Amino acid sequence: MNEIFQGLLEAVGLILSFDRDLVDITLRSLQVSLTAVAIATAIGAPVGSWLAVTRFRGRRQTIAIVNALMGLPPVVVGLFVYVMLSRSGPLGVLGLLFTPTAMIIAQVIIATPLIISISHQGLRELWAQYHDLLISLNTTRWQRMRTLIWDGRRALLTAALAGFGRAVGEVGAIMIVGGNIDQATRVLTTAIALETSKGNFSLAIGLGLVLIALAIAVNMAIHNMLRTERASLW
Amino acid sequence: MRNLLAGIVALNMVLCPASASDTMRLAVTTSFHNSGLSDVLLPAIAEELAVKVHLLVVGTGQALRLGRNGDVDAVLVHARDAEERFVEAGYGVRRCEIMYNDFVILGPRSDPAKVASTDSAVGAFRAVAEAQERFVSRGDESGTHLRELAIWSQADLDPQDFGSWYSEVGASMGASLNTASGLDAYILADRASWLTFGNKGDLAMLYSGDSSLHNQYAYLRVNPALHPHVKAEPARRLENWLSGPGGKRLIDGYRLNDQPLFTPNASCTG
Amino acid sequence: MKSILPGVVSNASARRRGVNLVGPVDLTVSGPGTTMIIGPNGSGKTSLLRMMHGLERVRSGTVSWAVPTEQARQHQAFVFQTPILMRRSVVDCIAYPLIVRGVPKKQARVAAAEWAQRVNLGDTLKQPASSLSGGERQKMTLARALVIKPELLFLDEPCASLDGRSTREIEDLLAQARADGTTIVMSTHDLGQARRMADDVVLLLHGRIHETGKAQEFFHNPSTDEGKSFLAGGIVE
Repeated sequence: MNEIFQGLLEAVGLILSFDRDLVDITLRSLQVSLTAVAIATAIGAPVGSWLAVTRFRGRRQTIAIVNALMGLPPVVVGLFVYVMLSRSGPLGVLGLLFTPTAMIIAQVIIATPLIISISHQGLRELWAQYHDLLISLNTTRWQRMRTLIWDGRRALLTAALAGFGRAVGEVGAIMIVGGNIDQATRVLTTAIALETSKGNFSLAIGLGLVLIALAIAVNMAIHNMLRTERASLW
Repeated sequence: MRNLLAGIVALNMVLCPASASDTMRLAVTTSFHNSGLSDVLLPAIAEELAVKVHLLVVGTGQALRLGRNGDVDAVLVHARDAEERFVEAGYGVRRCEIMYNDFVILGPRSDPAKVASTDSAVGAFRAVAEAQERFVSRGDESGTHLRELAIWSQADLDPQDFGSWYSEVGASMGASLNTASGLDAYILADRASWLTFGNKGDLAMLYSGDSSLHNQYAYLRVNPALHPHVKAEPARRLENWLSGPGGKRLIDGYRLNDQPLFTPNASCTG
Repeated sequence: MKSILPGVVSNASARRRGVNLVGPVDLTVSGPGTTMIIGPNGSGKTSLLRMMHGLERVRSGTVSWAVPTEQARQHQAFVFQTPILMRRSVVDCIAYPLIVRGVPKKQARVAAAEWAQRVNLGDTLKQPASSLSGGERQKMTLARALVIKPELLFLDEPCASLDGRSTREIEDLLAQARADGTTIVMSTHDLGQARRMADDVVLLLHGRIHETGKAQEFFHNPSTDEGKSFLAGGIVE
């Protein structure tokens, strides 16, 4: 209990002092996870809407596989990306291991199934509403997907934010592919793991609180942005 | 939406590391990193050698693995047998001993196994095994773990035969110390990790000083013949510096809580 | 432009999950004017319209047009009993059919705004479609159907849940569309509406067509017992 209180003090102290390292790793957390989620949404939203509007043999199985991939342990993803990007691996020549890019790749893999699944669920309901109208209007599959993505953008936002939550709080994969290198690939979660391993629990909890505050700030900022957008669109 | 994407792009550009003059990747063990010595060495290296060293803090096993795959340019580890095999197999150019410190035996302050009154590390381990007091083992093939196994073997004991008092946690030094602290268990740790550890709880240092607790660190460059992309030149300069007077002075002068931690003893073989 | 009419339904039926929805039926729509499909609930009126428009698969028989079906569908529009609203503003909902046909966005919006004016929704252009009342919603979907200037317009009981005033407005708009040359095929279970609007009448019972004919003849002298009974307000099952 004492450690949590200490952590709270530590967090407040860190934020107030505007610690250079803290700003650095916080921005890097944002950079890696927001970039990963933007890419994962760019993949996940079309796939989710494609699954909603298309009937094909094996569709159920595909959805089941996507849902199962949501439970992929990040460590396994990290190991997979490591093996691919290692100098001895197939993509080694790119020299991406232990860079933020490698961390983004890992988080894209982690967040995409989640975003596909949640956006598919939301867009499936919208498709049930729109189905007769869009068939009647002779829309192409591409137009149907685009219409669902645009009109279902709130469902997609929910999906993207869920993906962000999973990405920004993830430590297992980025520890392996990023290496937690000071001033290069250290982010909030890996810093927390590091401080925990040093037994600095209150600092670790302090960083954890910063992470939570960051997640809340991103959620509120994006919701706000959408509200201002809605006023002009509706 | 457009603003958000623009923001993400901007964030990527701001944080895109300006490729510094010379950067190299060095895999080091947790024990070395926990000592805080790297905080003294890295700025000096940056200044004197114009080499920016990116540290990957992992166990010895993983460090050698990264070196083998060519994912780092050099390693600084502490497991002699494994290091020699690494060089023999051609993964490393040569092995340079840099410095040493020591391992210590920790346990609950009350010391139910009476470890403090034994006269050797082997004796201390025997006392724990006889009393069947709880013992936490790293169990992760790290340098510390390998050393622990070597001591058991000197004591003619085999952890395979131990009962439930012997816990292999398969974790890093810090995580293992957290476990030992929570369980009031005995554990073998390197001195640096122990001194800097923040969650000591009821643990105390009960035994140290035996020669079998000697902890030698060595620097190994990854073989550029095997991995042409490695930063061979900075790695070589770093080797020279660590084993030369510049490194020696800083290592020798380093104090943690007013205690000297490392003794430089540079010598390269091969 | 070649007319898509006549449309010929030949011995066609539709079924879903093993249950026969409608048919087999024979019917020819040659236009111009308004064909009213009447019959009690569950007689298959909706399914007949949907089958003709291509929303239900034709299981046996054929539905054919004077031009290939794909082309014919480009000149048809469908108004559903329950308005399907998109999560967009009124003007964007009405513009949508034009946009999927490749009309530039600006131009589509101008045309949509014009249609909104015509159906008296000029004040609601920027509102979300979901903020409209029941009557306004159906007028909006009617504007959305007419914006592409269809040659053939299907309506499935468009006034089923509307009050008298809204029904009147819809009927006036349909009369205008008919005068502009749109052929209308519409289902209703409201005999009054059928009398007011029909040029031709189709009586559907149990998924089968029992009687077809000119409205004048049907309402004055139905040729079948079921037709007589239906007109007399008797319960026809």
